[in-house]
Amino acid sequence: MVCQECGKRPATLHFTKIVNGEKTEFHFCETCAREKGELIPGTSNGFSIHSLLSGLLDLDPSGKGQTPGAKMAQTLQCEECGMTYSQFSKLGRFGCSSCYKYFSDRLDPLFKRVHGGTSHVGKVPKRTGGRIQIKRQIDELKKELQFRIVQEEFETAAEIRDQIRELEKNIAQG
Amino acid sequence: MSNLRFTDTALSEWMRGTGQDSDIVISTRVRVARNLQHLPFPLLATDQQSGEVLERLTRVLNDKEDLQDFGDLHVIKLSEIDELDKKVLVEKHLISPNLANESRNGAVILTEDESVSIMINEEDHLRIQCLYPGFQVREAWERATALDDVFESEIDYAFDDKRGYLTSCPTNVGTGLRASVMMHLPALVMTQQINRILSAVSQVGLTVRGIYGEGSEALGNLFQISNQITLGQTEAEIIENLHSVALQIIEHEKNARARLLGDSKLRITDRVMRSYGILSYAAVMDSKEAAQRLSDVRLGVDLGLLEGPEIPVMNELNVKTQPGFLQKTFGEGMHPSERDMYRAKLIRETLGNH
Repeated sequence: MVCQECGKRPATLHFTKIVNGEKTEFHFCETCAREKGELIPGTSNGFSIHSLLSGLLDLDPSGKGQTPGAKMAQTLQCEECGMTYSQFSKLGRFGCSSCYKYFSDRLDPLFKRVHGGTSHVGKVPKRTGGRIQIKRQIDELKKELQFRIVQEEFETAAEIRDQIRELEKNIAQG
Repeated sequence: MSNLRFTDTALSEWMRGTGQDSDIVISTRVRVARNLQHLPFPLLATDQQSGEVLERLTRVLNDKEDLQDFGDLHVIKLSEIDELDKKVLVEKHLISPNLANESRNGAVILTEDESVSIMINEEDHLRIQCLYPGFQVREAWERATALDDVFESEIDYAFDDKRGYLTSCPTNVGTGLRASVMMHLPALVMTQQINRILSAVSQVGLTVRGIYGEGSEALGNLFQISNQITLGQTEAEIIENLHSVALQIIEHEKNARARLLGDSKLRITDRVMRSYGILSYAAVMDSKEAAQRLSDVRLGVDLGLLEGPEIPVMNELNVKTQPGFLQKTFGEGMHPSERDMYRAKLIRETLGNH
């Protein structure tokens, strides 16, 4: 296979990007890959998942090019560590855990592209995460409640409603 | 030469064991990424802050009854070992190149048998890795989550209700979990089914990459398959997904091997024997050829065509023939051509002893 950039040298670097089932393939020779400045696995200045990601981060979620929203993103900054959104999109890495809070509005499209989902459903720290576990339990019960009401099983529904109230009281008391 | 015990032997003690389907799955690895609350990620941490991270995390190891099951734990500070030892630790997959070359206050905690490697101040403050021989994804996750619980009992992690465990790279957020299996798939490569299978794998949220090779090239027919998604799935879903996909690949590889034996036994025997002969007598051997020939011999042993070296010996050779380890054995500062000569010598001697 010949490099898709110069069309002369053999392509030695191949990568496939699959985003939500949409597949894009790249085939470069080493020289062109270096010039493009985003390749060669394992070297410090080379291609990394971060530089690949930064391509995704620069994408405007509205898909309409430079919008006021995108301009605002340039000045978006984490007040905790000082990292700006544009630094983040270049590095592909957050500076601290607060970045997640300050960039929050921009992260859903990114996470959707990378992971397909935007919310954590897995493990929760035992010591500090008790509240979240109760919240998840409440969400489950609410779904169950809806189902019982539709089924017209009102007695069971009432029991579930009481359980939800009890759990909500627990949360309110901390 | 340093007295760092972990870089004297090529084969980690845990790799001497065998696990399920260890003729195809060489090893299983699970890692979880965690960060401490209220401290910037290593990318932006000051030396003082990364020092604090190191101090707080190693303190957990002291007087911990919960850690008894893991035996003696050794803390190795990267600043206290030489470049060659770092290189060998990377070749043994005990630390990442990133920890070796770029970390500040970087350290690794190893168990006696090297089956647990805990990296501190890598891209995240804490990365717990558990390694198992053969195909043991569930077991590796059980162990990693148990270790995670020990740290969590003393450390406040950076955790968010919505996003889960917060990590420096957005590709790890949520569970912070990366599970992978290293597979030897020579028959799928020979029968040219590999690309079809690998592209199918990438459709189900998993990624594949070659080991020891660069780019998409897989040296020695070794492939690493791992989950790509860390957010929006539970750990159990991630583990089961990898488990069931890996099982299917194992099945395909087994079928392909059976077909090779049935249709072209003579051809495959010839290939295995030639490679064994070359490895046993060659005077010069570059790393690419070594990887391919070792793969042939491993396949020959698996198929019973060769009463050759035991699988642990083959695993050992994969690491021993890497540049860092060769320098460790034969002295630093050798020219690449000398390296190829020493590689050939080392393989000859290792095979001759078995």
